[in-house]
Amino acid sequence: MQVFFTIPGPLREFTGNQRAVRVEVEAGANLLQVLQALFVVYPGLRDRVLTETGETRRHVNIFVANENVLYTGGLATSIPAGAEVSIVPAISGG
Amino acid sequence: MIQRCLTKERADRYQRASEVREALEAVQGAVLQSRHPSEDPRGPRKLVLPGVEHLSVKNGDVLLLVGTNKGAFFLRSSRDRSRWDVAGPYFRGQGIYAMTYDGRSDRHRLWVSANDEVWGVFLRSSDDFGRIWTNPLEASIRFPTEAGASLRNIWQICLGRNDEPEKLYCGVEPAALFESVDGGESWSLVRGLYDHPHRPRWMPANGGLILHTILPDPSNKDRMYVAVSAGGVYRTEDGGTTWQARNNGVRVMFLPEKYPEFGQCVHKIVLHESRPERLFLQNHWGLYRSDNRGNSWQDIARGVPSDFGFVMLMHPHDADCVYIVPVESDKFRCTPEGHLRVYRTRNAGGSWEALDRGLPQKGAYETVLRDAMSSDSLDSAGIYFGTRSGKVYGSKDEGKSWKKIVEGLPQILCVKAAIVHMDGTPTTKPNLKSKIPKRRKTARTKRVRRGRSG
Repeated sequence: MQVFFTIPGPLREFTGNQRAVRVEVEAGANLLQVLQALFVVYPGLRDRVLTETGETRRHVNIFVANENVLYTGGLATSIPAGAEVSIVPAISGG
Repeated sequence: MIQRCLTKERADRYQRASEVREALEAVQGAVLQSRHPSEDPRGPRKLVLPGVEHLSVKNGDVLLLVGTNKGAFFLRSSRDRSRWDVAGPYFRGQGIYAMTYDGRSDRHRLWVSANDEVWGVFLRSSDDFGRIWTNPLEASIRFPTEAGASLRNIWQICLGRNDEPEKLYCGVEPAALFESVDGGESWSLVRGLYDHPHRPRWMPANGGLILHTILPDPSNKDRMYVAVSAGGVYRTEDGGTTWQARNNGVRVMFLPEKYPEFGQCVHKIVLHESRPERLFLQNHWGLYRSDNRGNSWQDIARGVPSDFGFVMLMHPHDADCVYIVPVESDKFRCTPEGHLRVYRTRNAGGSWEALDRGLPQKGAYETVLRDAMSSDSLDSAGIYFGTRSGKVYGSKDEGKSWKKIVEGLPQILCVKAAIVHMDGTPTTKPNLKSKIPKRRKTARTKRVRRGRSG
């Protein structure tokens, strides 16, 4: 199945300046699996989205469609075919 | 686009959230970085920061690297140290906790730990004083999976000994030591320290659980000291395979046991290469000296207004001379009574003198953080420090008198000074200022005549 990612501006240098990229994964994949597929193609994204222990960085939000995965199972969230996954920097700083 | 959305009917505004987000992302993407012509399709491996006018550095110049919580600034002066060019901010918006200049083996390499609150911390280097930076696809400093830890910050970048020009060390949060033996290309966790049985009982201090100081013994390649807040001083005698706590005599105010084997919140340790067996220590309450490689420590806090402080600096030529900037207390971490005073000992802690000529003595509630003081290596050593209020002060007579070099910077986290040796051959292009049209008033490099700025 295909999954579509929306890449935030600061990370587009690692996707050839593409705002939207597509990855191919097996049906039934969860968010972690589709992210891993994304990182194979665009390795510069991995350490900027996940920590070494495989958790989403504290100030990075991931949405599937319009739902923050914080409320749908985190990286274990099931991803339907054709889903739109958005990587979004959180509001933070000072 | 944002304006267009805001002018819509109130009820429609939120339906247009995706348009706003797209616009914000476009702005973010445009301001953060531009690409270098030679690109890797997976992403540019080199980074050119737009909108920064760079320093023109010459042989013999004095270089000041100033890290702030919102980016890095670089200052340069000729050896007379009377006028300073300022460039920056580099890595705009990112916390710069550690920097160093590596002039070994004919390099002219700047190292920066740039911590983006959202996207993580990356070690970057530049061989042309900031024009082009490395842009790693993957973090070069990372905990191995089995360590079960994630890098939160890089607090210290330390060069190896002069006869080990490919060696570097980094101290990080959570407290750990990383080592590179190939000039910073690759890094590995020093397992001997990470697996130390004390480590699970170290406690995070206000800044986190951090390894912030690394002191290779210049006389012995197998000996090294590190300091951890809050864990204390540790020493290895076998090149990092095993480590021993070396805190005997260092008091702890925040534990029931006042002199434990470890757990001290050490803020900084220093040594001089000519007397590597002697160390000085600024503690979270307490000033100490050890004459036996840290085996035991003696209190040397006589004649200071407070023995609480963060920074401690060794004089580059005098093994008996150490500088500190006391702050009032752990509750009020500012210079006592609004006096900004550097204190100096010239007899290895036997006594301390206040150095305040040229420093504000009224309403100056300043804080100088643990890495925000440095010296150059000229005969009359230059001493420099930066404050949390964004001011950099310098002395070209070893602290006898001070001048404000620059002010208005963000909160200063670290200051590093260096003399650039290039055998008379400038490695940088002519100053870009000459190429900038006059109408560009937003140029980021400005010349500051010391003493006139405040």
